[in-house]
Formats: sequence, C-alpha cells, structure tokens
Amino acid sequence: MIAIENLQLNAHGKLRHFLSIEGLHKDLLTEILDTAESFADVSEKNIKKFPLLRGKTIVNLFFENSTRTRATFELAATRLSADVLSMNIATSATSKGESLLDTIRNMEAMQVDMFVVRHSLSGAAHFIAQHTAPHINVINAGDGQHEHPTQAMLDMFTIRRVKKQFTGLRVAIVGDILHSRVARSQILALRLLGAEEVRVIAPKTLLPTHVEDLGVSVYYDMNAGLKNVDVVIMLRLQKERMNSALLPSESEYFRCYGLSEQKLKIANKEAIVMHPGPINRGVEIESSVADGPQSVILQQVSNGIAIRMAVLSMTMNGNRGTE
Amino acid sequence: MHIEIINGHIIDPKNNIDQAGSVYISEGKIVGLMQAPAGFMADKSINAQGHIVCPGFIDLSTRVREPGQSHKATMRSETQAAASAGYTSLCIPPDTNPVIDSPAVVELIEDKAEKCAYPQIYPIAALTQKLAGKDLSSMHALKQAGCIAVSHAHEAIQDLLVLRRAMEYAATHDLLLIYCPQESALSNHGCAHEGAIASQYGLPAVPVAAETIALMQCIELIEQTSCRVHFSGLSCARSVDLINKAKTSGLPVTADVAMHQLHLADDDMQPYDSHFHVMPPLRSEKDRKGLLAGIQKGIIDCISSDHQPHDIDAKLGAFPETEPGISSLETVLPLMLRLVESKTFSLTQGIAKLCSEPAQILGINTGHLTIGCAADICIFDPNKSWEINQETWRSLGKNTPFWGESMQGKVTHTLQLGKLIYSDNS
Repeated sequence: MIAIENLQLNAHGKLRHFLSIEGLHKDLLTEILDTAESFADVSEKNIKKFPLLRGKTIVNLFFENSTRTRATFELAATRLSADVLSMNIATSATSKGESLLDTIRNMEAMQVDMFVVRHSLSGAAHFIAQHTAPHINVINAGDGQHEHPTQAMLDMFTIRRVKKQFTGLRVAIVGDILHSRVARSQILALRLLGAEEVRVIAPKTLLPTHVEDLGVSVYYDMNAGLKNVDVVIMLRLQKERMNSALLPSESEYFRCYGLSEQKLKIANKEAIVMHPGPINRGVEIESSVADGPQSVILQQVSNGIAIRMAVLSMTMNGNRGTE
Repeated sequence: MHIEIINGHIIDPKNNIDQAGSVYISEGKIVGLMQAPAGFMADKSINAQGHIVCPGFIDLSTRVREPGQSHKATMRSETQAAASAGYTSLCIPPDTNPVIDSPAVVELIEDKAEKCAYPQIYPIAALTQKLAGKDLSSMHALKQAGCIAVSHAHEAIQDLLVLRRAMEYAATHDLLLIYCPQESALSNHGCAHEGAIASQYGLPAVPVAAETIALMQCIELIEQTSCRVHFSGLSCARSVDLINKAKTSGLPVTADVAMHQLHLADDDMQPYDSHFHVMPPLRSEKDRKGLLAGIQKGIIDCISSDHQPHDIDAKLGAFPETEPGISSLETVLPLMLRLVESKTFSLTQGIAKLCSEPAQILGINTGHLTIGCAADICIFDPNKSWEINQETWRSLGKNTPFWGESMQGKVTHTLQLGKLIYSDNS
C-alpha cells in the first residue's frame, strides 16, 4: 500500500487534521500527550477555562450516535473558549456521497473553523478532510471500523500517567477487534510509543484477517494471553454480534473472554484495567473488576477531555503553517 | 466504398498472420489480403506505416448505462469511446433499467444502437425476470430478439434450484450463460479484498471464498445440466485452478478476467480512493500473479474491459458508500501492451485475448481477418504515448485509477463492417 497520503500534517510537520494514528510519528504522539498533560495539570488546579480558541467555531458532526465522545469534545471545546455546535445527523439522510459533501458545504458556508466527525463508514473523515475548505481542520471522532485516534490517545495518556513510560509494557486488548476502530488506533499508538508487546485476545470470528500484520501477537485463549500483561484493555461487545452468528451467547462470551477477578489474577499484579465504555457489566467485564482498585476506567473519561483539548488546540495551531 | 489499408503490420491470431502487408475492403467485407484483388480501385487509402492492423476488439462486458442511467453515460458516448479504443463489438450486460428481460427492451437497445452507428451491440438477456432470481426469463424469445447470451450480471441468485433450472432451460435453447460468480452471503456487503489492507483500513471485506464457492456450485451444475458457461470477471488465483479442473474434465467452460485485475492488487490502492473501488475487489498480489499465469496458460480465455462508467457523485463519498466500477474501455489496449512489454504474452496472444477468443466464446463469425468476412478492423500505433486527461478521454465516466498516467499505444483507425467508425486525425 502506498503510504497514507499525509493529509494530517502541514508543511512544517505540525498537526493540521487528526484523522488516524497511522501516518503520524512518535514525537507527535508524545507532543499530544505532553500538551494534554499541561491541560490536565491546570484543570486539576481548578482553572478550567483557557482563551486559546476564543472566536473559533467548532462543529461536532455526528453521523452516528455517541454520548461520551461527543460530550467530552464539547467540554474540551468549551474549556478552550470556542463556540460549539453539535449536530446529530441520521446516517439515512446521507446515504449518498453528494449529501455528505452537501452537509459539509452547508456547514462551511456558516464560517466554521473545525469539524469533529463521527461516521459509521471507514474513510469518512479522510473524505471530508480531502474535500473541505483548506482553512478548516478535521478531527476524526471515529470512522466505521477504521480508527478512533482521540480515544487511543486518551488511553495512551492514561497508561502513561499510571505506568510512566511505554518501554517494556505488555498490553492485551481483549474482545471484538474486528469491528473496533478503537483497537486499530490503540495498536498503532502502542507500537509507535514503544510498548514491548501488544496482544489481541479474541475468538477468530472477532479478529480481522491478517491481524498479525498490524504487529500484534494473537491469542484465542484468554488465560494464556493475560500472562505477564501490564495493561488489560477490554473492548465493548455490541449486542448485535449475537445475531450475526459471530458469537453463540453472552454467557459463553463472558466465560471465554470476560474479565473476572480470577482471570485478572493471571496478569501482573500491578496491571491496570481499561475500557473505552460504555461497559456491559457481566458481558465483557465483571462489576467487581470494573469498579475495583486496578480499574482506571473513570480516569480514562476525565483524561478524554485533556486529550481532546490538546488535539483541538494543536490542529487549530497547525493552520499557521498553511496560511 | 473500397478501402485499402497499406504498409501496416498485420496480426491475425486466428489465421496465423503476423507480417507486413495490406488489407483490401469492399462493401463492408475483406476482399483481399496482401494482394489487391484484380481491378481493385480504392476510394480511400489508409497508410498504416509503423502501425499494427488487427481484427477489431470484442468486449464481453460493457456498461453503456442506457437505458436507465443516462446521467452516468450514454450509448453514444460509450460506443464512441469504444470505437476510439479499437472495439467493433460490445456485449451489454442485462442490468440496465429496465432489465433486459423482454424483447421490447432488446428492441429499444437495438434502436438506440442503430442511431449511434458505432460498434456492433450484442445485448445479453437476463437469466431471470427483473434479475430477481425467482422466475425464468423468456430466453427463447430473447434469443430470437437478438440476445447473444444470458447472464445474471452482478445480481446474486440465492436459490440454487432456480439456477439449476435456469441453466437447464438455457441449455435447452443452446444459450451461453455468462456468469459472474459471487456468493452474496459471504460477500456480506464488503467493498475490498479480505486481506491485510482491508484489515488495516477497516473496510468491510469480501473473502476469496465468496467467488470460489459460487464458482464451484456453478461448475457442479454444469456437470448436471450441460449448460455452456462463460465465467466473467474472475479475481482470484484459486478460481483459475477451479476453471482448469473443470476444463480438464471436459466441461463446456470458458473464462475471462477484467484487464484492471491483471494490473492492480489491493496494495496498489490509494487509501480510500474510490477509483479503486471495484467489484469483485482488487485482490492480493498473489491473486494477480495467479490470474496472469492463468492467462499465460490459456486457462483464462480472454480479457474483458468490465467497463463501468460513473458520474462524479457516484464516486464522491466515504469509500464503502461509493459505487464500484472502473471506466476502462480506453485503457484496455495500452494495458494489454504493458503485458506484452512485461513478457506475459506475445503481441499476437494479447490481440487474440481481445478479439478471436471472445468471438469464439460468443460463436460469432468475426474477430479475424478472412477474405469474404466482415471487415471489423482495428489499426493502432503501438509506440504512441498519450496521457489520460480531459482532452484525450472520451467516455463520460472519468472514473479510472489510471487518470493522469502516461499510456503507450493508441488506436488510429477503427473500421466496422468496412465503415470507418473512428480515426484520429493527428
């Protein structure tokens, strides 16, 4: 495959659009984490608002429903003093490409500065970045089964805050890798940041073909896969997977791939447990684990705001290279 | 009208001609080769110095988008594009709107074709009514009306009993079935080859088995029904093995591959560039090599264009929602010449894949240069370089992954039934 057309960076190598982890380099990921760290520090000191994006208009274009991603993007934009407009657009109204483009054109006409896009089809954010006016920044808030880069970065941020560094870390990602845009972004980010090993643990029906080409070790047996692991990332299991012959039942899934207290003991003692949410208690994770001492699930949510503030401000700054 | 084509290099695979010489045409027919018949006086002389003179090309799958989708392309635009690419005969798949499932639709197409007066149009009849996969079409009446074969285009036939009966009925009337094997449940609305690239970009994927299982099912039914079947648009190396086995066991089977499948694999795709969205999808490099080997060994009989022109909007969107298909007629000759250059086959073999082989599959008496036969002729300059751009491109569909590329090899004249339907005046 020809290297992903680097839409994301400006002439000076700064972030202009944030579409995928693929195509970015380690220094840039570290810069995002460091920037987020500065926002998090200040927020924790009870100063919540920064004037960085005053006068800028950010539009959240959500072609697919999402509560938490949208909420954290809204909060992040508000804390940077931007004006925010959130739009929920039913996918059915945009089943044709021209409508997607028309939506974008209409929004552009309202003199906005940035689109945050969530779409059910892979490549939608790329498409919008390629076709939107050059002064507008695009942030991918999840496209189909492709990537969800801000979620992966908030996960990296959470890991770094607890584990301090990536070197030597063994990370297991458990669950529906096939349909997960989060998993793809996480794998790429962990590899770039220098994690020792990334494992995926899932039944064959929930693994993409050639998944090992992404640089991961594959485990079908969770007991084997959790050995010596420092971070366990559980993925959400969509209920509709049961209806398409991918899995027999929730209870069998929980038996094989659910994270119980007992299974967590197989991992390293200091291992942390993560989940992008929303959680299906008793399906992919036991309540006592989700709420237990090793869980950092709620920290992930608060870190989401800092990461999104970092990405919003960095991409908006990235315009300077093109003006 | 008497036309002479002089000073050219004649290549006619069917008659084993590969030499410098001239062709003489009177009243739509070839009347002399090498030597003019006694008393021949040319009204028009074409100097083919440095050019190849060969039979006009025959395509087994050209979407002209009429009737029904004239916002994408028209009979006139696409037949003109075909003529400029050296084609003299085009087969039109039945997935027009309305579907080619009644003599009235055939008549409509033939009327339109006559007005355009470009390459010979051969409509392909729908195997089932409305291509719905339920009730048989009136195949006999459709054959009478002028359909050259039956097909189900890219529509799936869910019910194997319907396929079996349709094949029996087609065999009853000695109709060729042109079949594009794709098992719809396994395809599962995918838009890319199931492999590393689709996994990387999160694209819904079509496994190889979607093609091979449909192919195997159909081959077993050929055993049962003795229906003649031409498999069109194969994409996988494993399919080549299956065709080979079927041929070895004596089944009446032929096959083609679309030209772009011989040149592009999934890792040539530019990320999310919808011009690479085609069905069946661009497969792995291993599959591409398998198809090339199939062509070399003659297991795959010919090369089609699988021409599918689209309007701009059809290709504007997130990759999975864009419409599949490549506008391809005009790149077939230069891409064939690239395969000659890379020594996949000789020029004569390459030309055979575009004219004599498809003619034999269809059972039509053209695709060769024989005295007394129709003067369907293509003259091309194998060395002429040109770039694909707004000025050079004729199809209304600009959807090609080769846009902007430099091509070598250009048709200079196309004659159909002795009539000059294309000439470049440069």
